[in-house]
Amino acid sequence: MSLLVKNIIRFIFFILVQVYVLSQMPPLHQFITPYLYFLFILWLPFTISRFSLLAVAFLLGITLDYFLGTPGLHAAPCVLIAYLRPFLINVLISKEGAELNYAEPSIRSMGIAPYGLYVLVFTFIHHFYLVLIEWLQFGNFLYFIGKVSATTGVSLLLIFITEMLFFRKQKFRTNTA
Amino acid sequence: MKNIFIFIRRYFNFLFFLVLQILSLVLLVNYNETHEAVYARVANEITGRINGQYNNVQNYFHLKENNRLLLEENTRLKNMLHTNFESADSARIIALDSTVRDTAGHQRKYTWLPAKVVNNTVSQQLNYLTIHRGASQGIKRDMAVIGPQGVVGTVIETSENYSRVMSLLHRNSKVSSMLKKGNVPGTVEWDGRDPHYVTLKNIPKSVAVAKGDSVVTSSYSANFPSDIMVGTVDMIFNDPGSNFLVIRLKTATNFYNIEYVNLVENVQWDEQRRLEAAPVRNQ
Repeated sequence: MSLLVKNIIRFIFFILVQVYVLSQMPPLHQFITPYLYFLFILWLPFTISRFSLLAVAFLLGITLDYFLGTPGLHAAPCVLIAYLRPFLINVLISKEGAELNYAEPSIRSMGIAPYGLYVLVFTFIHHFYLVLIEWLQFGNFLYFIGKVSATTGVSLLLIFITEMLFFRKQKFRTNTA
Repeated sequence: MKNIFIFIRRYFNFLFFLVLQILSLVLLVNYNETHEAVYARVANEITGRINGQYNNVQNYFHLKENNRLLLEENTRLKNMLHTNFESADSARIIALDSTVRDTAGHQRKYTWLPAKVVNNTVSQQLNYLTIHRGASQGIKRDMAVIGPQGVVGTVIETSENYSRVMSLLHRNSKVSSMLKKGNVPGTVEWDGRDPHYVTLKNIPKSVAVAKGDSVVTSSYSANFPSDIMVGTVDMIFNDPGSNFLVIRLKTATNFYNIEYVNLVENVQWDEQRRLEAAPVRNQ
């Protein structure tokens, strides 16, 4: 399956899961909103250009927003993490040329510690910015701190489960093939 | 000029990032004013269709519960039929006025329309419902939405076949309500904590409130007919800083499984709004 087709299917899948499963769940607490959809941006291939990365992230956010009735609320954090992604990938890639040998960021291609950090940082940035925008509309400081930490925790758990369930086999690509 | 182009080319990604950020925030800030925008309607129509497909499947699993709710509602309505009551003899009272009356001799204030809920969230801070009925079926903004158990929300946006409803569980929703006992008016809001509970404010401390009292929509509410169930008193907080009670209500509607709702239009509201908007003379 080509990367493009794979990512289109993934896009639809992430939106449907976020809208019809995670958003339909009865909330455990005011602070806990399960988010998984932004993992799509983290899974985009290394080779994608920065311009299309931003555009795709905006599209993902705005699609979710129109389902949830809050245009712009999720699009803004998505665009932010898409903008920061290339910088962090450059810092975190330890293996020489990993971005050439593997298609997309994963435990296999980046190593477990860098990949874990990569996910942690972007989950935190996403929720920090998302809740910040929400907080500017209403709520107090305790709401802000509580929601950022609780939601980040739940998201990390969901991402961990997703990584275990849908283990992505990454082919090692060489020039010789 | 050349330098400007070089600057733009060099920082193209950053500028594009800024443009998208600003676009998102502008969309978010202006959302409440841009219902009329074409793209919002198209988006509403598309997400509404997808929601409708999903709902066809989901609906099947709630048939039993729906049956029960409809039965209960029917019983409640049958109890209100005129044939259950004996009215006083009013044959000798002659009323003369020129307002529009239907054949039964009553002046119509509210019209009701049934609608199916195709999407609903409870886990966000700003919760919305999507219903399968839109402008072509006579839905207008600000129409009241009432479920079989009680108040659900208010219509905020319509496309051709779908409408978006601001749920009672929305940080900006305000419903004018009153305690059924004594008709004391107050406002119902949601604090974003728990979808089972809403808050009733502006009830003076002099009013005797007991746990379990019913709270219904008030007669001042323009879009909601009066005496529609909002919830029951669950807990009463004595706010020491003011003269008003803060009352936690258990919502009458179970927001987790709304399937069908009624939309209510106040056909006399335009007239009321015109009167209220007119400047006061001769005072």
